[in-house]
Amino acid sequence: MAVSKRIVLRFPRRLVERPIIYRLVKDYDLEFNILKASITPEEEGVLVLELKGDQKEYDKGINFLIKTGVKIQSLSQDVTRNEARCTNCGACITICPTGAFELEPRTRYVIFDNEKCIACGLCIKACPPRAMEVHF
Amino acid sequence: MPKTIVEINEKIREGKAVVVTAEEIIDIAREKGAKKAAQEVDVVTTGTFSPMCSSGAYFNIGHSKPRIKLGGGRTYLNDVLAYTGLGATDLFLGANALPDDDPRNRIHPGEFNYGGGHVIEELVTGRDVRLVATAYGTDCYPRRRLETWINIKDINQATLFNIRNAYQNYNVAANLSDKTIYTYMGILKPRLGNASYSSAGQLSPLFNDPYYKTIGIGTRIFLGGGTGLIAWQGTQHNPDVPRTEKGVPKSGAGTLATIGDLKQMNPRWLVGTSMLGYGCTLTVGVGVPIPILSEEILQYTVVTDKDIVAPVVDYSEAYPQRQPDILGEVSYAELKSGKIKVKGKDVPTASMSSYPRAVEIANTLKEWIQSGKFLLTEPVEPLPGVASGIILKPLNERPIEY
Repeated sequence: MAVSKRIVLRFPRRLVERPIIYRLVKDYDLEFNILKASITPEEEGVLVLELKGDQKEYDKGINFLIKTGVKIQSLSQDVTRNEARCTNCGACITICPTGAFELEPRTRYVIFDNEKCIACGLCIKACPPRAMEVHF
Repeated sequence: MPKTIVEINEKIREGKAVVVTAEEIIDIAREKGAKKAAQEVDVVTTGTFSPMCSSGAYFNIGHSKPRIKLGGGRTYLNDVLAYTGLGATDLFLGANALPDDDPRNRIHPGEFNYGGGHVIEELVTGRDVRLVATAYGTDCYPRRRLETWINIKDINQATLFNIRNAYQNYNVAANLSDKTIYTYMGILKPRLGNASYSSAGQLSPLFNDPYYKTIGIGTRIFLGGGTGLIAWQGTQHNPDVPRTEKGVPKSGAGTLATIGDLKQMNPRWLVGTSMLGYGCTLTVGVGVPIPILSEEILQYTVVTDKDIVAPVVDYSEAYPQRQPDILGEVSYAELKSGKIKVKGKDVPTASMSSYPRAVEIANTLKEWIQSGKFLLTEPVEPLPGVASGIILKPLNERPIEY
């Protein structure tokens, strides 16, 4: 069975220079798409990936990452909406490149589908009441 | 049979008034016919929740010991500059005011994370706010410096006073240029990448009384989660614009100046707001009740999004250069469908104004009236109408010669 997941990888300083993603491709036949990559001031690497492949190989690949010392988090845990601050205006809708915000047609509430989110961060500053939060 | 506000208030006191929202009245009038609906319904409630830049609040903070004359000096609230050209302990804080050390647009687009609107929100929330003032000192006001926490519950007056709210219609903003622009209508993507509008449409107060036949100076309203009054026409009030057959203005027209006691308002309805690359403002909730005094008044309140059109304006060139050209007209029904056609292209739309919150305001006002705690007021004077001779003048600069 094939799977496709969006995950956030955190590389400790000692791993930043090792070709870890290459091993995912070579050893586990996983397909990857880099959504975001950065190195923090503490020289920790942060990589947001979409990872696709056979479920068994995917699990093995994830195990390999964990053993190597990479911290893994699902992307959906990283971008959140502060529901108390959101006014449901909808300013975010045309800004999001992946269409993660959608209007519920009847009530016109703005629905945030974080499965579609790639954590690009464009909505953070585009949100007038600053209700979108990214936790990298 | 025409009704009067006195009669409607009598029914409100008895708990017998029939109150519906400007959304609900559409179907009621369709089912029952306008005549019957006008007989049965006493009040239609409206609502809008949107960034409204010309908002602000004034405060009297009380006299310190020894006394200080803030007037003519400089006073900051949480580092945001307040206006002190007033008496010794009075201040006005505008929603767009910024801290002196905010980088503005020096690194474009500026973030504008905190300004006057945010200070107003914090005060209404009940948080302490840091007041830092310098003054020049006089015989009767010797003090030159004051640093203190203030809290809304301790100061004498905290009054929301918005000199322009609830615009009757507004531009739809788009961008014809090749680069992203950052405006008070949000981020506009290049080459007509999106379009942004800002009105609750069929729920918006002045669309439901387009000729200001019931809404006037002294009308009691929902303001910022509490009650307030219409104080005056708003700035840029411009009633004499082209209108549709039903009287709906086809571009920005009437505006309201509103006032109310900030101490009884609620931060859910006064939200500090940041427009990337533009500045800070305050998102304000306003709701106006419309007494159904006659069938004619009712006919105005059944306005739907299909009946309301707005001009699409290019904010990369036409707007900043004050050119009159528009890219076309679209209805709010089209805007709310999620895309409009501009120059033959499908353009996705987004709103700066929250429709769900507008619905909530209209419903809240409805409950207040039904429960008898909110009575209608008779305007003491009408707002200037189409025949008032008011026209919106541009600034014609006259060079100053030295």
